[in-house]
Amino acid sequence: MTIWILIGGMAVLTIAIKAAGPVLLGGRELPPWATGVVALMPPVLLAALVVTSVFSEGQRLGVDASAVGVAAGGLLLWRGRPLVLAVVVAAVVTALLRAVA
Amino acid sequence: MNEAFRQGVRLGIPFSLAGFLISLSFGALAVQSGFTPLQAIVMSAVVHAGSAQFAGLSIVAAGGGALPGILAGGLMNARFLAMGIALAPSLPAGPLVRGLQGQAIVDPSWALANRGDGTFDRWQLMGSTVPQYVGWLSGTIVGALAGEALGDTDRFGLDAIFPTFFLGLLIAEMRDPRSRPVAAAGAAIALALVPFTPPGVPILVAAVAALVGLRR
Repeated sequence: MTIWILIGGMAVLTIAIKAAGPVLLGGRELPPWATGVVALMPPVLLAALVVTSVFSEGQRLGVDASAVGVAAGGLLLWRGRPLVLAVVVAAVVTALLRAVA
Repeated sequence: MNEAFRQGVRLGIPFSLAGFLISLSFGALAVQSGFTPLQAIVMSAVVHAGSAQFAGLSIVAAGGGALPGILAGGLMNARFLAMGIALAPSLPAGPLVRGLQGQAIVDPSWALANRGDGTFDRWQLMGSTVPQYVGWLSGTIVGALAGEALGDTDRFGLDAIFPTFFLGLLIAEMRDPRSRPVAAAGAAIALALVPFTPPGVPILVAAVAALVGLRR
């Protein structure tokens, strides 16, 4: 039962979070001062998401094999290689490091 | 179907393949943690948010209870609040339709649909979410059904896929040199907060780095 409550609660909360901005603030022009802020939000949120998913586990900071794998994938992406290749290389490098460790 | 929607579908496909692998590991981990395959699949169908699903799952699996799990998932998803606020002015329809269109927000679609001038292409946003939803759900189904046989998916390095996926989006943003210092600031804020706040909060707070955009 706990799991079904978790699923229902998370579904409702996620729908509400995604709807809040569009419902409350949509359909009108953004004031000019705000466009500069909005334009910078993608790099900021993505950078925060990447570093926290690589370097943290819960509330602990640390580096493990996956950081090396992600770095290898990132190098390929930087060189303009396809995303799917980069994620496969990231997974393979991580798996190999764990196999030998 | 208009051209922007079709273009969105095309752009979403690589992300749906990567999402398939992430949700495969979610499905496997869920059944290994005591979910039935149906529960794992329903969760992906109605939540469709990777980091939140892993967060909620790990808390319930550790015996933390449903409410803490829901709150942890909600905090992981708090970034969608910021994304929804950014998207809102680009949605011209009535409130109900806007609320429904907001459901298409997932990180890759939102980042790809951003035109870089503070506006978003809503058709492209919705188009790119479609293949990602299909990939997310089908990966979960395979993972949930094969879960017990797969064993520890960390062995396959699947946990490296999620960050690499977002790194791909970030690198595309960094081609604009003005993005680099604020991205670095956002990353630094998030990492500094990790030890002191529940997971998810550092990402939301990092959004304040975008306030330097006020100077332009």
